[in-house]
Amino acid sequence: MHDLFFYLFAFLTLLCGFLVVANPFSRNPVTSAMFLVLTIVSMAGLFVLLHAFFLAAVQILVYAGAVIVLFLFVLMMLDLKDERRRKINRFGIIAGAISVGAVGLIFLKAIIATKPGTRLAAPTVEGATKALGQILFTDYLLPFEILSVLLLVAMVGVILLSKKDLK
Amino acid sequence: MHVGLEHYLIVSALLFCLGLLGVVMRRNLLVIYMSLELMLNAANLALVAFSRFNSNLNGQVMVFFIITVAAAEVAVGLALIVALYRKRQTAHVEDLATMKL
Repeated sequence: MHDLFFYLFAFLTLLCGFLVVANPFSRNPVTSAMFLVLTIVSMAGLFVLLHAFFLAAVQILVYAGAVIVLFLFVLMMLDLKDERRRKINRFGIIAGAISVGAVGLIFLKAIIATKPGTRLAAPTVEGATKALGQILFTDYLLPFEILSVLLLVAMVGVILLSKKDLK
Repeated sequence: MHVGLEHYLIVSALLFCLGLLGVVMRRNLLVIYMSLELMLNAANLALVAFSRFNSNLNGQVMVFFIITVAAAEVAVGLALIVALYRKRQTAHVEDLATMKL
């Protein structure tokens, strides 16, 4: 059952990820944003399979709830009509294929070099939300507080950037 | 075949490659930004898988931090894109080839 759901969610994640990047039917950025939502949701399914329930919830809340809404908001505001008329230039495709091939080869070698045939230790972390909260507020308290300051800085910076007369 | 760590790592690697392909190939700033999010998510998936199979929760804490920083980064980046669009009336990287505003 676990294996079946893994293959389902993995297939959905990769398919929707591909449609974000290179949709053969539409070059519209809004379509890409919609497929990004599907990618995020199926990835939350993978997180649930890995027993990271809290992170799955955060993934849906933050990405599908906040980040995508920001993207769509900006897309509606900018009104990019000319994207559909432009052709993808050949240099971009060649450079993309070469770089992706190189990085993919590195990943493949790394995964093969760790001998995937050997059985891994059985996972033992169960229902980790409570333990996660305990670690977050004891060992990682200082980074957590710094993160809240970072969010404040980001908020101030965005308000400053969005002012009409940007100096 | 039983699903192990390597399956998750392969999915993560493929997703990262897709994101990289989008960053190099696409010419729209917003789509490039979405591909960057894909790459961050691929890294998150690898971290969660390592955390699960090593019975160590530090990886999940790291993913929590990455998600928060990514949200802040998206807000700032989109504000920059909007400011750039106001100045230059385009969000296409081939029209943004000079450093001068």
